[in-house]
Amino acid sequence: MPTVVTPASTGDVAEVLRGGHTVVPTGRGTKLTWGMPVEPEVLLDLCAMDRVIDHQPGDLIVHVEAGAPLAAVQEVVGRAGQRLALDETVAGGTIGGVLATNASGPTRMHAGTARDLLIGVTVVRADGVVAKAGGRVVKNVAGYDLGKLMVGSFGTLAVITEAVFRLHPLPDVQRWVTVETDDPHALVQRVIHSQAVPWAVEVDGSTLSVLIGGRPDGVAARVAVVRDLIGGSVSDVAPAWWGRYPWKPGEIGLKVTCAISGLGEVLAAAGPRVRGSAGVGVVYAVADRAEDVHRLREVAARHGGTVVVVDAPDEVKQVVDVWGPVPALDLMRRVKEQFDPERRLSPGRFVGGI
Amino acid sequence: MSGVEQVARRARELVRGEGVISDRARLRTYECDGLAHYRVVPALVVIPQDAEQLAGVVRACAEHRVPFVARGSGTGLSGGALPHAEGVLVVTSKLREVVEVRPEDQRAVVEPGVINLDVSRAAAPYGYYYAPDPSSQQICSIGGNLAENSGGAHCLKYGFTSHHVIGADFVTPQGDLVRLGGMAPDSPGYDLLGAVVGSEGTLGIATSVTVRLVRLPEEVRTLLVGFASTDAAGAAVSAIIAAGIVPAAIEMMDELAIAAAEEAVQCNYPDGAGAVLVIELDGPAAEVAAEYDAVERLCRENGAFEQRVATDAADRALIWKGRKSAFAAVGRVSPDYIVQDGVIPRTALPEVLAAIAALSESSGIRVANVFHAGDGNLHPLVLFDESVPGQGAAAEELSGAILDLCIAHGGSITGEHGVGVDKAKHMPRMYDDADLDTMQLVRCAFDPDGIANPGKVFPTPRLCGEVPGKHKGAHPLQDSGLAEIF
Ligand SMILES: Cc1cc2nc3c(=O)[nH]c(=O)nc-3n(C[C@H](O)[C@H](O)[C@H](O)COP(=O)(O)OP(=O)(O)OC[C@H]3O[C@@H](n4cnc5c(N)ncnc54)[C@H](O)[C@@H]3O)c2cc1C
Repeated sequence: MPTVVTPASTGDVAEVLRGGHTVVPTGRGTKLTWGMPVEPEVLLDLCAMDRVIDHQPGDLIVHVEAGAPLAAVQEVVGRAGQRLALDETVAGGTIGGVLATNASGPTRMHAGTARDLLIGVTVVRADGVVAKAGGRVVKNVAGYDLGKLMVGSFGTLAVITEAVFRLHPLPDVQRWVTVETDDPHALVQRVIHSQAVPWAVEVDGSTLSVLIGGRPDGVAARVAVVRDLIGGSVSDVAPAWWGRYPWKPGEIGLKVTCAISGLGEVLAAAGPRVRGSAGVGVVYAVADRAEDVHRLREVAARHGGTVVVVDAPDEVKQVVDVWGPVPALDLMRRVKEQFDPERRLSPGRFVGGI
Repeated sequence: MSGVEQVARRARELVRGEGVISDRARLRTYECDGLAHYRVVPALVVIPQDAEQLAGVVRACAEHRVPFVARGSGTGLSGGALPHAEGVLVVTSKLREVVEVRPEDQRAVVEPGVINLDVSRAAAPYGYYYAPDPSSQQICSIGGNLAENSGGAHCLKYGFTSHHVIGADFVTPQGDLVRLGGMAPDSPGYDLLGAVVGSEGTLGIATSVTVRLVRLPEEVRTLLVGFASTDAAGAAVSAIIAAGIVPAAIEMMDELAIAAAEEAVQCNYPDGAGAVLVIELDGPAAEVAAEYDAVERLCRENGAFEQRVATDAADRALIWKGRKSAFAAVGRVSPDYIVQDGVIPRTALPEVLAAIAALSESSGIRVANVFHAGDGNLHPLVLFDESVPGQGAAAEELSGAILDLCIAHGGSITGEHGVGVDKAKHMPRMYDDADLDTMQLVRCAFDPDGIANPGKVFPTPRLCGEVPGKHKGAHPLQDSGLAEIF
């Protein structure tokens, strides 16, 4: 069993890392089972680092500690009519966890993913050195964008301790146009090429739901455009499944990506329990058996996409390739080698055994 | 035979015809980029005709440890494409094919030498365009855009190059051809593409770029608004943002910039304005109409004395003409000028502009301000006359002081023009040693020999062999007392 250490500051994290142990950083642990299993000496619990350090509504930025729950950050910025445009795909997750796993939900179509919103980051390297990249302004091309490298790195490059994000205004109005269909692909194509500017186009099995947000007059007109194209009913609340993964604990949960034109084939191959951001070519599926993963991988690959086993029982992870084939793996290994030559940060959790 | 001669020989085998230049007189044509006061004649210029040839040349450079510098259209404003005297300049001007336009996927695949605007031209018949629009878009290349993470007036709403480049074929400085990202989002593994975009040619050369295409908006409305002062215009910008409106663009010009533009292109901006805003709204017609009403009101409430609106392309072009010609225009009112590029949090605008005015006043050096007001990206144009003794140095000093102001307000030393050679010396003012060292870990992973565009971005190169701060032997937790500390 790992020793749980709960640092209160970036300096504390640095001190832990200088100790030379193998470390897995964690927030609320909502995605700790993602990736390949790791047994570290130290579980670095960042939950005590949960401050919203600074919120500047006029500049639409927020500076937070990595252990802050996403929901708590939303509450703070929400008071100024703003939001951090990241979805809480698993209830209770922290900023650090969202960044490290690059979790995304319906909002990505309108606002991008964590990489697009993160404008500054503080990390502690494996050798205990504290480093920053980016800053507090939205536009900044000084030096390498290390933040992007940290997003989705599953705690294998450095420990993220602080992050600065750009914010979005909360929309005045949101409407969901929802329809049952046996051809989601065709409807997706209709909507995304229209002038409706959908904020999200999500699929759940044979249900398609389109989110339109913005100012009241604009939203009404755009909703009318969408209804002309696909029919369906309009609601001011999201469908119950909106922004949640389709799997239950203990099941095999997959993230499947493809070029948008391949969506029809991918959905057909993924089976009935499929859900996600169809409008951008990212869906989540439940596999019944490990073998399904290989089959689906072939289909996705034909459309430039990939299949990653997001979550699954450890036995399953022993028999399937969780990450699938990864181009440029050698280069990734060299990056890892530079940042963490002794392989102390989440060793083995990531692609290619990184 | 020297390393460069070996590379030249290999290049002549790979690239036929006019693609290998070693004649001194012709090499000179490539001695600078858009920042013309830095000049270095390269030892060799190679203009490959396809990705294979380009990769072959880089491989030869790697083998002989010869430095290489990529060059697109050479419009960079920080000396990023400044050649290396003992190195090879690899020019992408013959890699100009738009390989595919895939409207159904909202993607295009282009070669790196393709001109920015040509991507939009190729996508237009399908109702799509490529959103990032640097003012140089008629000449700059997508490869250069990728390397600089270029921005443009419309990036306020649509994001910068890094949001729109979703894949690249890339030759590493060791000569390996790798594919980063692609047609589908979120490829597994580290986001190496995210690190490569904005790396200014120091991590390798892109040989193919996959970009996101954006639906052409149903409606575009452009407003030209006159204010008495930059403070009033700035207050209007803040009010618009506070109202939750994200226009496609909000650009500001101050009195001197307006006067220069007026003289150069007779743009006929509002008479007597101390500042103008160019505000563009785009999107679904109903949305634009609603936003327009709000913007018009907010400008009025903040002291706008004249507002003009353009709804067709010709009128729009007239409004933009003044803004787009601003850099060139100051060349007519001043023999020499420096284009500065710095970023501040938008709310610091009044304070920083006042401070720039004070600096200008005390030094006697004029500053014209043109900027992307929506995201706080300033382009002060520092005007001087090199022939007047001391003015060049004074202008240089003032320009540096503006960067100090940006840093002091928590901003950045560059918002879009890059660090290049020009600002490498300023990097330690924004980042400490550990920050710069950490960035260079990435450099070491890609380019352990430091041959890709050496001398750019970082003031001091890191030796890649050493791993600083490495600790030997792990102590048990109890010994280090950590378990008790927290
Ligand atoms: C009048 C004018 C207006 C401008 N306006 C803007 C503006 O609004 N916004 C903005 O952001 N910039 C602007 N710029 C700056 C410049 O146009 C951009 O930086 C542009 O992206 C440079 O493209 P280029 O093809 O000219 O690149 P170059 O100048 O040739 O090269 C720029 C950098 O990219 C590297 N590079 C080039 N090709 C590749 C490749 N294939 N792979 C890897 N690295 C490569 C080079 O080594 C160099 O470091 C302006 C410049 C001018 C002259």
